[in-house]
Amino acid sequence: MLKINNLTVEIENQKILKNINIDIKTGEIVALFGPNGSGKTTLLMALMGYDKYDITEGKIFFKGKDITNLSIDERVKMGIGMMFQRPPVVKGVTVNDLINLAGDVETDYSQLSNQLNADAFLNRYLNDGFSGGEIKRSELLQLISLQPDLLLLDEPESGVDVENVELIGRTINDLLHENLIIEKNGLTQKQRHEKRKRSGFIITHTGHILEYVNADRAIVFIDGHIVCKGNPGEVLNMIKENGFEECKKCDQRV
Amino acid sequence: MNKKLEMLTTEKKDEHPYQEDLSKLSAADKKRMIHAGIDLDSGDKSGTFLMKDQSIVHCNIAQDSVELLSMEDASRKYDNLDDYWWKLVAPDKDQYTKKVKENDGQGYFIRAKEGQKSIFPVQTCLYLEHSGTVQTVHNVIIAEAGSEVDIITGCTSKEKSNQTSAHLGVSEIYVKKGAKVTYSMIHNWDEDVKVRPRTGVRIEEGGQFISNYISMKAVKDVQMNPAAHHVGKDASSSFNSILVAPQGAHLDIGAQVFLEAENTSTEIVSKALTTGGEIISRGLISGQGLKARGHLECQGLVLSDKGRIYTVPELDGRLSDIDLSHEAAVGKVAQDEIEYLMARGLTEDQAISLIVKGFLSAEIKGLPEILEKEIDDNVKKIEKDAF
Repeated sequence: MLKINNLTVEIENQKILKNINIDIKTGEIVALFGPNGSGKTTLLMALMGYDKYDITEGKIFFKGKDITNLSIDERVKMGIGMMFQRPPVVKGVTVNDLINLAGDVETDYSQLSNQLNADAFLNRYLNDGFSGGEIKRSELLQLISLQPDLLLLDEPESGVDVENVELIGRTINDLLHENLIIEKNGLTQKQRHEKRKRSGFIITHTGHILEYVNADRAIVFIDGHIVCKGNPGEVLNMIKENGFEECKKCDQRV
Repeated sequence: MNKKLEMLTTEKKDEHPYQEDLSKLSAADKKRMIHAGIDLDSGDKSGTFLMKDQSIVHCNIAQDSVELLSMEDASRKYDNLDDYWWKLVAPDKDQYTKKVKENDGQGYFIRAKEGQKSIFPVQTCLYLEHSGTVQTVHNVIIAEAGSEVDIITGCTSKEKSNQTSAHLGVSEIYVKKGAKVTYSMIHNWDEDVKVRPRTGVRIEEGGQFISNYISMKAVKDVQMNPAAHHVGKDASSSFNSILVAPQGAHLDIGAQVFLEAENTSTEIVSKALTTGGEIISRGLISGQGLKARGHLECQGLVLSDKGRIYTVPELDGRLSDIDLSHEAAVGKVAQDEIEYLMARGLTEDQAISLIVKGFLSAEIKGLPEILEKEIDDNVKKIEKDAF
């Protein structure tokens, strides 16, 4: 689904990501760990095509096509969607306006809005005075309206209370399995997992979101390099016990 | 303009014939009027006043709650009109008011009857047809105690010529105890017209005055700075302006609010956007009454290096127990907002268009539908001018 080849990304002539290689298969979810400033968000913004994130080396292939030089909206149309950590305020444009413009006109989003308690912010200007939970729920609603195949989730649980983490986590999980919703109850977790079609990255510091969304593997970033790969649970425990310093020591430069 | 103004002549009062049936106006006239926010289909149901150059072409109303007369008819009907005549605008204020005074007597008179709320907006249209002339207008609006009235004024001119014309309009607006007046003005001039409205407002106890002003088309220059006096307790006002200046346009638009009585309040919000023209956005709030509150805001979007937005906010606090504030921001369309909307699948053009439209209409509460439509219609043109 996604192939990142030898990717180097600079912001204002400063190298943030250095020669990164990652492959993601269809249905695979990858957790991204790493201290602040290690390059996790930069990776997602570069995949999304933000102008400030300058790709100076390497290539990105999505569904077999080189998308390195495509514009943001062209990438969205191919099936990439992002849930932003700190989206900007857009005055005069409501969440509803954007969903109606961006989403599929045939789809009725009212049930989904209900499920995400979106009524309180649907008719407010985008992110204007939103609480932490409202930002995440609004981002998720917009993301679902795009029906992406590759999800870029930047700290979906940050700044959110326990109840909202559960709501957001379960909704993301539903989105990942959407084409299986009808059979959901008849299938075991393992079977569902195997049938998952959408892929994605999840940046998380706490790992709480992984209680609801099953990641297949984890990658640890430090200082713009990938230093460790492994089972998400094991990697998270290792970080919790020893901190990122330990990762640095066992740096495999994978 | 000094010399020029003196050289400009005014047309005769019987230059254009009275037109009983609005549908019989020429197609070109209708088109111009619709773009100035005048709804010809609702016509006399709402009440429509149409003045072309110096001629009253139409004046009729079917609503009982409000009176609509030409100034000439009003002065025949009421002998106390002097109490409202040149009381809020001084005739010797400047050369423009002097010119109106010289040629006095033509304009509209609107009186909302005591305790009555009108359902439909009263429409007035001031149409400058002959280029190279000056149109002078003198209007009086009286909202009697407890009344409510919406007034839409559309000002327009015939297709452009290469001769300069001028529109000079004096308006005196009286909002009596507990009355509410919404006064929306759309300017739809051409590149060769100079415009000098002179407006005074007097708001009594508990009265409310809401002004919406929109100028989105090319115009040579407009300069106006209406003054509102809050003379009774709890009187409130809001002044909303949506200003778009294409190349060659010069808009100098302000509002002066005098909070003279206890617990009076105002909010002045202007949205200024230039695609090459110059906008000066002024605002003055003077706090003279106990617990007076006022907020002044100017948001500017500069879409071309040829354009300019200059804001002049003034607060004048004269008591300790008042609360006056202002904020202003001038800049370009933010890149992070464009990219955010693109990340929801919009093209760059669609994203900019949505942001510009949002910018112009955001935070202006209760904008009449017809003005919202005017904004929608103009966003495409703005982009074409800017990019």
